[in-house]
Amino acid sequence: MSAIPFPAPPADSAEVIALRAEFRAFLDQQLGHRTPRQRSDNWYGFSRAFSLAMGQAGYLGMTWPKQYGGHERTAFERYVVVEESLAYGAPVGAHWIADRQSGPSIIKFGTEEQRETILPRIARGELAFGIGMSEPDSGSDLAATRTKAVRDGDLYRVTGTKVWTSFAHEADYVILFCRTSGTPADRHQGTSQLLVDLKNTPGLTIRPIIDLAGQHHFNEMHFEDAAVPAKNLLGAEGDGWNQVMSELAFERSGPERFLSSIELMYQLIAMLQGKDSDAAQITIGRLTAQLAVLRRLSRSVAAMLQDKQDAGLQAAIVKDVGAVWEQVLPDVARTLVDAEADPRTQAAYAGVLANIVHNAPSWSLRGGTREILRGIIARGLGTR
Amino acid sequence: MLAEMIERLLDRHLDEAAQAKARNGEWLPELWAEVEEMGLPLALLTEEQGGFGLSFAEAGEALRLLGKHAMPLPVAETMAANQLLANAGLPLAEGAAGLARGDHLTVTQGTLKGTLERVAWGENLDCLALAVGDTLYRVPRSGWSLAEAGTALNFHPRPALAIDWTVDASAPLPYCPLAAGATVRAFQIAGALEACLDLTLEHTATRVQFGKPLQKNQVVQHELAKLAGELACTTAAADLAGEALARGDLRGVAAGSLRAREAAGNGAAIATQMHGAIGFTREHRLHLYTTALWTWRDEFGGQVMWAKLLGQAALEAGEAGYWPMVTEL
Repeated sequence: MSAIPFPAPPADSAEVIALRAEFRAFLDQQLGHRTPRQRSDNWYGFSRAFSLAMGQAGYLGMTWPKQYGGHERTAFERYVVVEESLAYGAPVGAHWIADRQSGPSIIKFGTEEQRETILPRIARGELAFGIGMSEPDSGSDLAATRTKAVRDGDLYRVTGTKVWTSFAHEADYVILFCRTSGTPADRHQGTSQLLVDLKNTPGLTIRPIIDLAGQHHFNEMHFEDAAVPAKNLLGAEGDGWNQVMSELAFERSGPERFLSSIELMYQLIAMLQGKDSDAAQITIGRLTAQLAVLRRLSRSVAAMLQDKQDAGLQAAIVKDVGAVWEQVLPDVARTLVDAEADPRTQAAYAGVLANIVHNAPSWSLRGGTREILRGIIARGLGTR
Repeated sequence: MLAEMIERLLDRHLDEAAQAKARNGEWLPELWAEVEEMGLPLALLTEEQGGFGLSFAEAGEALRLLGKHAMPLPVAETMAANQLLANAGLPLAEGAAGLARGDHLTVTQGTLKGTLERVAWGENLDCLALAVGDTLYRVPRSGWSLAEAGTALNFHPRPALAIDWTVDASAPLPYCPLAAGATVRAFQIAGALEACLDLTLEHTATRVQFGKPLQKNQVVQHELAKLAGELACTTAAADLAGEALARGDLRGVAAGSLRAREAAGNGAAIATQMHGAIGFTREHRLHLYTTALWTWRDEFGGQVMWAKLLGQAALEAGEAGYWPMVTEL
């Protein structure tokens, strides 16, 4: 009675099988020259050229209505493109957030004008989005948000600070979660979301936050009486909490929640191939079993999205179990191969291992920490 | 429909006294008669083969229920053995049946000989679906005697059988009995883990410590979430194994079976810990499931055998072929 149901994913249709082959060929043609170390950047690689090529080939906005530049394909067809991109380590950063969550949020909540002006450009691969949720004092506790937007004629005047915004220094827009009335004590009430043009907003300063790997992905966005046109309000004022929860369900649902370290699996296999080691066979066998089952669960979530079901709870389970898999991989690799990881080497194995060890800690933090996800699952079991 | 019938049957005929008898190694003839009356031994056969023609989902549900109620008799094995015998064109079992592989057995002048280790309820079976190399033998009860007693972690019999039988029923092997056994065990493990989650939710809701139910503690909630994750993985793993068995892909059977075996241990540990000391006793039902999970996770080829099979395939696929292989599982 208590089990959280995952519907069986349907068998791949002829269209899906053809699409997978076609998209693998596209990736080979676009990205065949990249090194394992480059591929290991996975979804935090950023390439405008690649995103434009994706858009041109019809691989962005795949499930969206044609009137907004979409392609009206199934959630499964999009799933194939997403998982094959990740498995290939494609640099998806310039379209990733827009295609996964910002675009769907705009379809669901945006005005007709917002849909018509923004969605076709996302589908062409021209617009990169960032996420404007976390603040210095409001991370997991999103409802404690303090960034304030005050209506002033045709404008909102925005004051506050957002952090951990990946690619804010490169992207074109963020969807900003902020307070349009009341105080942080009001929690979910009085919050709204604004579309903020990162290139043309006076009063907005973007500052890098360098991560422990020495890389610049994160940013701090500081708004000081920044002017955002009132027509950039997403949906209705005061509907922010509902919107942001819906957006997080998109953010948590995909296969990026267990494929972040997949390049290390490939390089580990390359190191062990032909060694005839029992330990290697047994360990690779167990990891592969875990991966195959995660992939099946993730495809179940895609099936639920296809049927317009609420998959929030199932997505939380896939992300929780999936993050454990992708994070444990470097530790398991270290039980099979002695190698000192090196963040600057060109050597495939040591370089990929370094990149994965450096970045793995973030995978159980982004998109809802492990602790938040387990709280969501426990609530789904009826405990709170 | 079938699920409701199974639930009704087990509610009526499977009580603590019956479980205690089974732990004592005693066969339960009344329960088995009810199982036969319902036609369960033929449940996995197609309608043309005289079975129920169940859908994949219905068959999985039936097998999970056997695990969820800790069915002590070899019903799942009999269902899988009859399916194998039917697919080979051999006569079906007239009672309970076992599934085994015995590549070390020898056939000399038409007589099959050798010892089969740890056959569930081996002395109480009507026949064995036994694979030796590429041949499937239907060995009747007269074809073996007890070689040595053996006991599973849930105290059900796992005797070694001395086979000595003049071959009169054999056919080319349609698929490996270990794969069939590992697959039904994966479904049973999923069912038993569902029972573990139900019991653990119930216990942590009603047991009050420090002035509040256990499950109002965040640390307990997180363990419950992990248990729900193990259950979700196992249910998916069993389906994955079942689909792979149907298309004859041993790698997929290995993947599903391995993940279920792993979850059996992880899930039993969480459920027991969350029950506290009562979960370590025979006074509480939890032990029926934990001891069954520890039994089932090592049967029909062990974790090492299946992991090596899948690991070898992955290593052969190599750096470039690994992902395409994963998408085929």
